[in-house]
Amino acid sequence: MAALHEFLTSLFGAATPTIWIVLQIVAIVLPLMAVVAYLTYAERKIIGFMQVRIGPDRVGYWGLLQPIADALKLLVKEIIIPTGADKALFLLAPILSIVPALAAWAVIPFSDTLILADVNAGLLYAMAVSSLGVYGIILAGWASNSKYAFLGSMRSAAQLISYEVAMGMALITVLMVSNSLNLADIVRAQGEGIFASHGVSFFSWNWLPLLPMFVVYLVSGVAETNRAPFDMAEGESEIVAGFHVEYSGMAFAIFFLAEYANMILVSALTATLFLGGWLSPVSFLPDGLFWLLAKISALLFFFLWIRATFPRYRYDQVMRLGWKVFIPLCLVWIVVVGCWMMSPWNIWK
Amino acid sequence: MLENYFPVLIFILVGAVVGALPLILGWVVSPSRPDSEKLSPYECGFEAFEDARMKFDVRYYLIAILFILFDLEIAFLFPWATIFKEIVSTDTIKWFGFAEMMVFIAILVVGFVYAWVKGALDWE
Repeated sequence: MAALHEFLTSLFGAATPTIWIVLQIVAIVLPLMAVVAYLTYAERKIIGFMQVRIGPDRVGYWGLLQPIADALKLLVKEIIIPTGADKALFLLAPILSIVPALAAWAVIPFSDTLILADVNAGLLYAMAVSSLGVYGIILAGWASNSKYAFLGSMRSAAQLISYEVAMGMALITVLMVSNSLNLADIVRAQGEGIFASHGVSFFSWNWLPLLPMFVVYLVSGVAETNRAPFDMAEGESEIVAGFHVEYSGMAFAIFFLAEYANMILVSALTATLFLGGWLSPVSFLPDGLFWLLAKISALLFFFLWIRATFPRYRYDQVMRLGWKVFIPLCLVWIVVVGCWMMSPWNIWK
Repeated sequence: MLENYFPVLIFILVGAVVGALPLILGWVVSPSRPDSEKLSPYECGFEAFEDARMKFDVRYYLIAILFILFDLEIAFLFPWATIFKEIVSTDTIKWFGFAEMMVFIAILVVGFVYAWVKGALDWE
């Protein structure tokens, strides 16, 4: 590490810290892209097995090269820009949707010390940035000048902002018990408590005392990423593909990347906020990056599992769930946690 | 303090590059053989009837307005929630800090119930 740092200094001089940061970012983004690629493979394989099919198995051993073949295919496909479309916005939209999906990773703590930007308002930043994704979708629908795209983007935007309110309210309870906006501090706060002092910190993590909020956050996360069963923004059987119906080739691939990157991001945030991030569930095993990755993988499997299990919601049901179930529940639970912490039975001293 | 945010800025720029690079690459590598049928908006094979930027349901707009209100309320709750542990452990402001926010949430609930009763949250 030190030798590499010295080599970089001799190469770039004063710009070294910046180059170093860029290298760290690349070290986050490249594995992320690989995970996105193989998440699509895992999705097809897992859903295949759940439906008693084999899934892709032609390209390479067990179809392991399938994502690469897909990427190459999309690369050589024509990027079609419809005549009625607003060209600049049409091409800007995919970029606007991938930037927030990636940029939020800057504040995710991978382990006790491994964190790119240890900012004190990390949670606020992650929330703000991930809510910018809606601009990409709205722009895509508007710029395409196609009815399906327009309807899809309207639906999607209304759904995203509705569930964001529920998500934000669920986060308030996490903040109340953590006393910090810093994501690393939120993880550390989960390693304390009655169960943690008895060696099973698994039961001290936020998911158990804040169980209803954990469920709200997780379900809202599925809705935020437009995944089944909340995927009526795409709803291929009713409005073809929703906001990205006019996109093809690489422009489509970027929307696809953004959707899967968002899925991984929501999993990472859920793991960090409710499932103890890098903390080990039992005291006799060491903490570390491995645990965070294991938790993210488990949550991603959950994402795929519910896609294979549930039918698509109707739009009015989605909105009812968000506004008439989750938001009242969150409001009540904020008061409950407040009263709990005021009472002598406060477990977050 | 602000230095901590520098990696964030660079990350946003890298993200933009990650988005733009495949677009440029795709544009260079892929063929471009446009024709009028291919470039027309997709409408299940029909000619597009009218401009796609048509009237849309006012409820989308209503939801957006409600979102702004509620997100603002959340923005007000955030700082309070962040220091709530300190409020609880400080005897002098313990009950004041708690009661004040309960009043705030009560006002929020009144507004929420009003929107609910008025049917702003209904989709039929």
